[in-house]
Amino acid sequence: MTRDEIRAAVLRALGDVAPEADLARLDPRAAFRDQLDLDSMDVLNFVTVLHDALGVDVPESDYSKLATLDAAVEYLAARVRA
Amino acid sequence: MIEFTMPILGADMEAGTLIEWRRKPGERISRGEVIAEVETEKGLIEVEVFASGVVEKLLIEPGAKVPVGAVMALIREDAGAPPPNVTALPVAGPVPAVPLASPPAAPCVPASIAVGAPATPAAAASGRVRASPAARRRAADLGVDLAVVLGTGSDGAIGVADVERAAALGGKAAAAPQPAPTAAPQRPATAPPSHADAIRRTIAAAMARSKREIPHYYLATTIDMQRALVWLEARNAARPVTARVLSGALLLKAVALALRDVRELNGVWAGDRFAPSPDVHLGVAIALRGGGLVAPALHHADRLDLDELMRRFRDLVARARTGTLRSSELSQPTVTVTSLGEQGVESVFGVIYPPQVAIVGLGRIVERPWSVDGAVVPRSVVTATLSADHRVSDGHRGARFLATVDRLLQAPEGL
Repeated sequence: MTRDEIRAAVLRALGDVAPEADLARLDPRAAFRDQLDLDSMDVLNFVTVLHDALGVDVPESDYSKLATLDAAVEYLAARVRA
Repeated sequence: MIEFTMPILGADMEAGTLIEWRRKPGERISRGEVIAEVETEKGLIEVEVFASGVVEKLLIEPGAKVPVGAVMALIREDAGAPPPNVTALPVAGPVPAVPLASPPAAPCVPASIAVGAPATPAAAASGRVRASPAARRRAADLGVDLAVVLGTGSDGAIGVADVERAAALGGKAAAAPQPAPTAAPQRPATAPPSHADAIRRTIAAAMARSKREIPHYYLATTIDMQRALVWLEARNAARPVTARVLSGALLLKAVALALRDVRELNGVWAGDRFAPSPDVHLGVAIALRGGGLVAPALHHADRLDLDELMRRFRDLVARARTGTLRSSELSQPTVTVTSLGEQGVESVFGVIYPPQVAIVGLGRIVERPWSVDGAVVPRSVVTATLSADHRVSDGHRGARFLATVDRLLQAPEGL
């Protein structure tokens, strides 16, 4: 799976938990939790959607490694290939 | 014969639009089952019936706007059924409702609004398309782009009917070569937020009444969460993402159990006296995307095991945000929990939501220097507060409640 595909999957997952968000304006290097006003339930749902889409089960202790779009793509790219 | 009427699902609700009947004439329906879907400003609500019987006649066509209290259907009740005077009363399953001998004297404000907490600030001013959650869902179903839908609700808000009209006119985002003639121009960013206004008015009415009528007292305590969090983290580590439990759910469970212990906090003020509830229906304040809050009930929160509570909590949040709550969830909480921890504040003292008599506030779980066995160590702590009605309980009992929450959280495996 390419990085672009992973990025698209992450954006789809974000769109899922925050359907009203304007993802085109998302700063890929800033925490999306703040940008999209996500709470811990949203984060859990985000991780769940990623799990279903990519087959990556992100442990709770790694949630902070998915804080920004770029970081999430990086993190997932390493796991999807592994 | 019983009359099924349009229920009141919010203090500001004057009418609702019938979207769909879930039963046809001649079909059986049991109490607690959904008979109709109704659209309100709070979204699409599944309305349950209070009595069992056979649907005799449906009096309203889908799409019609129906005032609160208007008869919508006739149900021929079973022999020995409960008294026929209230049909749309929110009862979940076979469990008896709050034992109200008489309804509250003042108009009953249901649990569908915010309590002591501001609406999510983000969305109102952002110039997004305003549409009800039900309309959004319908638009997604029909493939309609909301940007080309002309809203006919108050101040241009888009309702389900608008979406369907747009779909009929070929307003699909990609399919329409030209925007439909009804396509709305970009809404000016300065348009006043009418939906937010409506929610604001509802909050204003309920909170002003609360502060006018309810003599509040306030208590707070700081609870050591270290043990609970370590336990929960280990429990979650062994589970797939779908089975993980949030610390928020653990706190809700502790609150629900402690309410069983201090009954003066769980129930409603019925005009001139307190009607305790045998069941704990925990109203959970949920911030909505696009602004506003609802506080629907997590039924029997004290009796659910932690995993089940988490499942229902998750489901409730999802449905609150997509706009498919049930009428019983909107009108039945016996107490409310508000949590502003996500916003970073350490403590919140809620305003009691009439006719309830208490509101529990949970702040953010923070790491603080803490004294344990004579040594100062970093610990995760949370500030739990209680605002309670002094007509019903005293600080002594309120203190017992908070102490019980604390005690329960020190033995998380029992939750």
